Amino acid sequence: MRFQFRGTRGSLPAPGADTVKYGGNTTCIEVRSDNDDLVILDAGTGIRDLGLELSQNMPVKCHLFVSHTHWDHIQGVPFFIPIFVPGNELIIYGPPDPLTMTGIEAVLAKQMEYPHFPVRVAELQADISYNTLSDGQVVDLGFAKVSTVLMNHPAMNFGFKVECDGKSLFFTGDHEPLQNIYQPGDAEYIEYEQAMQERSRGIIDFISGVDVLIADSQYTQEEYETKRGWGHSTYESALELARDAGVRKAYLTHHDTTRTDGQLDVILARLKEEWGDSGVDFDLAREGEVIQL
Amino acid sequence: MTEFKNKLLAAVEKMPAFPQSVNQVLKLTGDINCSQRDLVEVIKRDPVFTLKILRLVNSAYFGLSREITSINQASVYLGLNTLKNVSLGLAAVGAIPKSAGKRLDMGGFWLHSLAVATATRMLGLKLGVSREDAADYFAAGLLHDVGKVVFALYMPDEFEKVSERAAEPGASFHQCEMDVIGATHADIGAMLAKKWNLPVELHDAIARHHSVGSGESSQLLDCLFAANQITKKLSFGAAGDFEIEPLSESVKERFSMDMDELIEDLPTLDEEVEHARIFIKLGEA
Repeated sequence: MRFQFRGTRGSLPAPGADTVKYGGNTTCIEVRSDNDDLVILDAGTGIRDLGLELSQNMPVKCHLFVSHTHWDHIQGVPFFIPIFVPGNELIIYGPPDPLTMTGIEAVLAKQMEYPHFPVRVAELQADISYNTLSDGQVVDLGFAKVSTVLMNHPAMNFGFKVECDGKSLFFTGDHEPLQNIYQPGDAEYIEYEQAMQERSRGIIDFISGVDVLIADSQYTQEEYETKRGWGHSTYESALELARDAGVRKAYLTHHDTTRTDGQLDVILARLKEEWGDSGVDFDLAREGEVIQL
Repeated sequence: MTEFKNKLLAAVEKMPAFPQSVNQVLKLTGDINCSQRDLVEVIKRDPVFTLKILRLVNSAYFGLSREITSINQASVYLGLNTLKNVSLGLAAVGAIPKSAGKRLDMGGFWLHSLAVATATRMLGLKLGVSREDAADYFAAGLLHDVGKVVFALYMPDEFEKVSERAAEPGASFHQCEMDVIGATHADIGAMLAKKWNLPVELHDAIARHHSVGSGESSQLLDCLFAANQITKKLSFGAAGDFEIEPLSESVKERFSMDMDELIEDLPTLDEEVEHARIFIKLGEA
């Protein structure tokens, strides 16, 4: 199995001279089996370029797993060329919208409605099918298995474990470590803490044993103080997740829109110093980089 | 007369209590900085709320792999934003019994009420009310016709007669109520509002939503009245009759617009009402 970062940015694309090294496109990861079977994780703007490449060699068959449906993880779908061409087969998996009680197809259709986009879903030419995911589901694709675990984000967000060719990776989507809403000493504190621990443990157990963790790490600890509850991790909490799950290799991604290459270099150097003997080998995700497992 | 009044009072008495938590949730969820702890505390104090949230969270839509048995767990699994949106939906429908017998088309009634609630809030925001007060505008719209539920539940024969008459062209629902029952849904809705200890502005808005011309006007009342007529004109749900009352001078003055201009000025109403439909589904979950 190998994978390639097609988009590493969080929230909004960040093109420009300051983001050439780590990339300006929003989240998209191309995962390939040794036989070149294709799984795509998230459809931020990074999926556009992948679509252009794929369109050189059609028909295309691919499985797109959407961690959650915030813009930066779906906004590339209408610009993914293979969806317009007959003969291509696209199978889309993603969370439901529990508020409207609709599936992933309804959520994705919204962004292609008349006020937003000139082509409606009904006009797409490829053979597109939809599968709404639930927590703990295992999708067997034959060449790979993809399983889900609900993460913590202000929308339903599934982390994905991809197992293929005897290797495995876990992608968090967007995730913020759980917080106790009570203070120590409050009557409810301990009960809440237990519920939290149990859930955190569930996530860690799920991740445990994968070869690679790809984790949201949008903020520095300083930034995080004013961004609690926004649904993202810090560099440190992402590394803690890797360490706690016993994962030896981690890629930190979902770079903040405002983060420049220079700032990311500085952050990486600091982290290497502070986490050098943690047992976790890590790097910042760079758009375009291919990693062979 | 006393016997008649007693009959109305008896009907009101039979209605369930208005959960304070609904009010609090409406306020909390309108706040971008809503505290997860405050929200969780409000939900915990209300067993009905608790039960509904747990039922929903354990439904197939969430597809969680473990059973959620406490609000603390629900909070841990859903997080603030999802919990907030779910609570908002449940708060809105939680106020009114699910079925008001066979006499009232609950789907149509709900859609009308929600559309009026949405439009009242939008009009209020247009006039510069705070986000927090906008929750009261929403509640006023949601509950303005609640008297109809009381009639449908506890004076079903009379209510059926009213409904038949009001469906005729040119008839107005509250006039038919006066003719058949001797009191309108606004009257009995106000009695219910009193029993529920709703804030005085809400009570007032429910009591006077068909008699805007008489007595002193209020901003909430004007918004509610305009929203009601706009909603009827745009045919959202079922108001019971098809008569659209003209906007009073005070309403027109307040907005510096007539009805058509107001409608044009609310281009997202359709979309927001569509969003509000979620409440109906959630209440049934």
